[in-house]
Amino acid sequence: MNRNALSPRDYDWQPKPLTPDYRSSILRSPQQALLRIEGPSPELDGPVFESDTIGPLDSDLIRNYAAANGSDTDAIGPRIIVHGRVLDENNRPVPNTLVEVWQANAGGRYRHVNEGYLAPLDPNFGGCGRCITGDSGEYRFLTVQPGAYPFPNGPNTWRPAHIHFSVFGQAFAQRLITQMYFEGDPLIARCSIANAMTDPAALASLVGVLDMSASVPMDCLAYRFDIILRGRGSTPFENRLEGN
Amino acid sequence: MLKETPSQTAGPYVHIGCTPCSAGLTGVYPADPGASITADAPGVRIRIEGKIFDGANAPLRDALIELWQPDGQSNAGIWLRKSTDLKTGVYQFDTVKPAARSGPPYVCLWIVARGINLGLHTRMYFPDEENGPDPLLKQAGPRRDTLIATRPDAEEDERDTGFPVYRFDIRLQGERETVFLDI
Ligand SMILES: [Fe+3]
Repeated sequence: MNRNALSPRDYDWQPKPLTPDYRSSILRSPQQALLRIEGPSPELDGPVFESDTIGPLDSDLIRNYAAANGSDTDAIGPRIIVHGRVLDENNRPVPNTLVEVWQANAGGRYRHVNEGYLAPLDPNFGGCGRCITGDSGEYRFLTVQPGAYPFPNGPNTWRPAHIHFSVFGQAFAQRLITQMYFEGDPLIARCSIANAMTDPAALASLVGVLDMSASVPMDCLAYRFDIILRGRGSTPFENRLEGN
Repeated sequence: MLKETPSQTAGPYVHIGCTPCSAGLTGVYPADPGASITADAPGVRIRIEGKIFDGANAPLRDALIELWQPDGQSNAGIWLRKSTDLKTGVYQFDTVKPAARSGPPYVCLWIVARGINLGLHTRMYFPDEENGPDPLLKQAGPRRDTLIATRPDAEEDERDTGFPVYRFDIRLQGERETVFLDI
């Protein structure tokens, strides 16, 4: 199989490695320039995930943890659908790719051994979900709206409500982890992580928008969040090597 | 052209979404994706282990690292994913030695963590291979050694495990900062 190279990444659009207002980046940001790899490389392919490895409740965060623990009770919090499409920069759908999410519960508390926030755990909420995109790149989760939470960055710093997303695409070099914020949240403008990008349009693209057309009357609201992965260029490599 | 979705840090709790079973969220998924290779993956068994160090030389204990490589016959890709140990910061991949492509064999790695705004790609080469002609290592110049694993306790490791153990520490900053890639 010949794989096209990916379009070069726009590093002015992506967050810089060092964003001192986000304190954790100070000691964890590489200081040397990245080494550019031209030509065929194994990172232009990536792992393939079969949809039959995904359980029927995996994309339902309101039920998946409770059901796994023998509970009939739903997770607490505002019921929401989070949906959208995974596309590439050329506006082509990315089907059959794994989308994983994780989030705090409605009180802003994560289910994690290192988590110390005083908001309570919800016994019926785990906070992880996953699905495989459909033919048009579409994905859909049912969950509860996560709460904002404080984090030790400055004297009184809070994360806006957000859902963490991990997306694969078809190339290891497309691998992306990001966060979706919620339209209208006043904490977005105050968050050093959300503002790690310098272009306001970049931050705007991380904000899920209220989508009444996908909401379910008397059941749940919906937010729409499309995810764009790097696109393939136009020239396939003729001499791509065997393997993976 | 659409713009690529901006990356955001994976944060300190990446385990909830990516390695839930090993993070105590048992029962939701039958197993963590990429937790182990299939038993029939062809090739010589090896282990790759190491730590990821920040600019103060402290190991990251909340990182996630993914591996992508061909199997020992170059027939199929192997993808693995591990979190660094929450106490020690050690990551560990039990895999097979990748088949060589045109040059020496290597594995591709991708790292995310709290404080890393954009995931980091790198590669690990093997110390017991003919690495001289490799174009990437040449391009890395004086920093090439940051891409090559070591076997400091080869005999002892092999006695304990029965197979070779390669150490590969990753440094995010400092004099021996690992070479990271733009692919
Ligand atoms: Fe978070």
